Amino acid sequence: MNQFFFGTYPYIALTVLLIGSIARYERDPYTWKSSSSQLLRRKQLMWGSILFHVGVLVVFFGHLFGLLIPIQVYEFFGIEAQAKQLLAATAGGIFGTMAIIGALILAHRRLMDPRVRANSSFADTGILLLLIAQLALGLISVPYSLSELSSGGVIKFMAWANGIFTFDPNAASHIQDVALIFKLHIVLGLTIFILFPFTRLVHMISAPVRYIWRPGYQIVRTRRKKA
Amino acid sequence: MKVRAQIGMVLNLDKCIGCHTCSVTCKNVWTSRDGVEYAWFNNVETKPGLGYPTDWENQKRWNGGWVRNRNGKIQPKQGAKWRILANIFANPNLPEIDDYYEPFDFDYDHLKSAPEMPTFPTARPRSKISGERMEKIEHGPNWEEILGGEFETRSKDYNFDGVQKDIYGEYENTFMMYLPRLCEHCLNPACVASCPSGAIYKRDEDGIVLIDQEACRGWRMCVSGCPYKKIYYNWESGKSEKCTFCYPRIESGMPTVCSETCVGRIRYLGVMLYDADKIEKAAAVPGEKELYDAQLDVFLDPNDPEVQAAARRDGVPQDWIDSAKNSPVWKMAMEWKIAFPLHPEYRTLPMVWYVPPLSPIQNAAAAGKIGVDGDLPDVKSLRIPVRYLANMLTAGDEAPIVAALQRMLAMRGYMRAKTIDGVVDLGIAKRVGLEPAQIDEMYKIMALADYEDRFVVPTTHRELTEDAYDLRSGCGFTDTNQCSTGTSGGKLFGSRKFVVPTGGAR
Repeated sequence: MNQFFFGTYPYIALTVLLIGSIARYERDPYTWKSSSSQLLRRKQLMWGSILFHVGVLVVFFGHLFGLLIPIQVYEFFGIEAQAKQLLAATAGGIFGTMAIIGALILAHRRLMDPRVRANSSFADTGILLLLIAQLALGLISVPYSLSELSSGGVIKFMAWANGIFTFDPNAASHIQDVALIFKLHIVLGLTIFILFPFTRLVHMISAPVRYIWRPGYQIVRTRRKKA
Repeated sequence: MKVRAQIGMVLNLDKCIGCHTCSVTCKNVWTSRDGVEYAWFNNVETKPGLGYPTDWENQKRWNGGWVRNRNGKIQPKQGAKWRILANIFANPNLPEIDDYYEPFDFDYDHLKSAPEMPTFPTARPRSKISGERMEKIEHGPNWEEILGGEFETRSKDYNFDGVQKDIYGEYENTFMMYLPRLCEHCLNPACVASCPSGAIYKRDEDGIVLIDQEACRGWRMCVSGCPYKKIYYNWESGKSEKCTFCYPRIESGMPTVCSETCVGRIRYLGVMLYDADKIEKAAAVPGEKELYDAQLDVFLDPNDPEVQAAARRDGVPQDWIDSAKNSPVWKMAMEWKIAFPLHPEYRTLPMVWYVPPLSPIQNAAAAGKIGVDGDLPDVKSLRIPVRYLANMLTAGDEAPIVAALQRMLAMRGYMRAKTIDGVVDLGIAKRVGLEPAQIDEMYKIMALADYEDRFVVPTTHRELTEDAYDLRSGCGFTDTNQCSTGTSGGKLFGSRKFVVPTGGAR
């Protein structure tokens, strides 16, 4: 069981995430979009969307860097696991709270506003509720994390994530004995990875940061063949 | 010098009767789909009024267009690139759909399906967005038609700036005009600049501004960037859409649908050659009143052999250069100077231009005093205040508007003398600085307005852009699924294919 959810499932999830996203981008670029509903209802979106996005971005990148940077890098800089875990739990707690407040506002808007509700697909509402559940699981795990600072739990997760990306067959064994709350958080997270290509979440891949260094303001397209 | 060509448009407001044929034919062709019911790529507004969407001209409120910084450079008024990106989660400058109007339909079915009732069944409105009953229709795309509503509201019209507007609320002094609006296909488009995805582009060969529907991610910055509010967010597809200038028609040498169907024959299409290297500087001149002249300076004279040579060098086809010589747009904008850009102060260098309308003489008592033998009436006595037109077309500079109105009055006086009295009145022509031959041509193009004179549209040279050999056995317009019809692909990614509407709502 442990082996399936934490040894095999991650590969299924990452494969669907990758192949699914590529397929959608290639086959159906017209559906690749943020699906903003701001035009229909501005109310609640300003606060909800900003809180949610800022919070969730920090949490997301926090997880990404926290889990994937090899343990040796921390050792090299002399950062103790305990300090890292404290930082992760604090920042995660603050920004996770921001994100979940924003998501709850957005969910209220999506379910209660007649205009937005009428134009929400099953995937739109579903993924929002799953994200709320995931944020809730993450926030519940914060006190656990803080209560066992000394046991170096964070090391286990890093070892697991590093193991997955280095194709270590024993990766799952690193988190064999962590609390159930963490396991649920991971499984739901991987499930969201699987759903990613089939929902509006794909818009995050297109975050238009390139705009900042796009030369000039104007774009002129020519169809003329290059001589 | 970098010569490029653009198909420009002129609308002769003097002849617009406000029939909305342009809007309706445009809607039938382009926006009779879910998500864009509220969108009118072409709409006709009665001025003075707040327009559609409400108060669109007021950039203090919407922050569209460009601003000039102290360093002499321009940037979108809604902010520099980092500022636009910072607004991506929630765009503070985006109108809500109620600023346009909530699209609705009527329960027509109820008329035939209603049970026996003591009262006659009626078709009540229902929202196209939520599907819920609408007790009251609050707004529409032409809410102020023929001065509908109170003057109090309409007097907030941005073009009243600097006009003693109170007297125009009085019945005797009231005035109105029509303003048909579409995408301006600007030389310096603010929508292109605002698009974080880089999905909006201007076409090199004909200047048409288009949105790549597959690259658009729905960040909706173009909607707020465009000061004319002529980009519409399709709330069903999640993509922005805009006037395409009917590019498939233009490419084959046909006028746009709005131009083709205009019963007043007010629309003109023609090639304008311009110097692409001058755009940035022209859009950044310090004074707003200089912008009109700065834009005139961007255009290149197609009769100048040097320009022709440069155009050929830069790949403008010969028949486009020849068309430019016959362009009604060139004649009205540059030779006769009777057409003007809409709100040049937005610094977008728009390419849909307007001939200001004449209007009756303000004071009826004064009408008798107007000389008939070529004595031109004072254009300041026209019912529509010159300042109002100037605010709309020249950033408040009255002199060019006065000159244009005088020329139009002169054309009438000259032709009246010529056709009724049989006298060629050189005095009139001279007073407004035109040759008799020019007035004859003005009359031919503006009053008679034959089809061939209104639309001088050269065809696109596909042979320069694609290899016909590669296109053999092709399947014309498709989505990215090659030759599939778009219906067999399933809905794995929640897609609704772009389907050409074929009667009957989905």
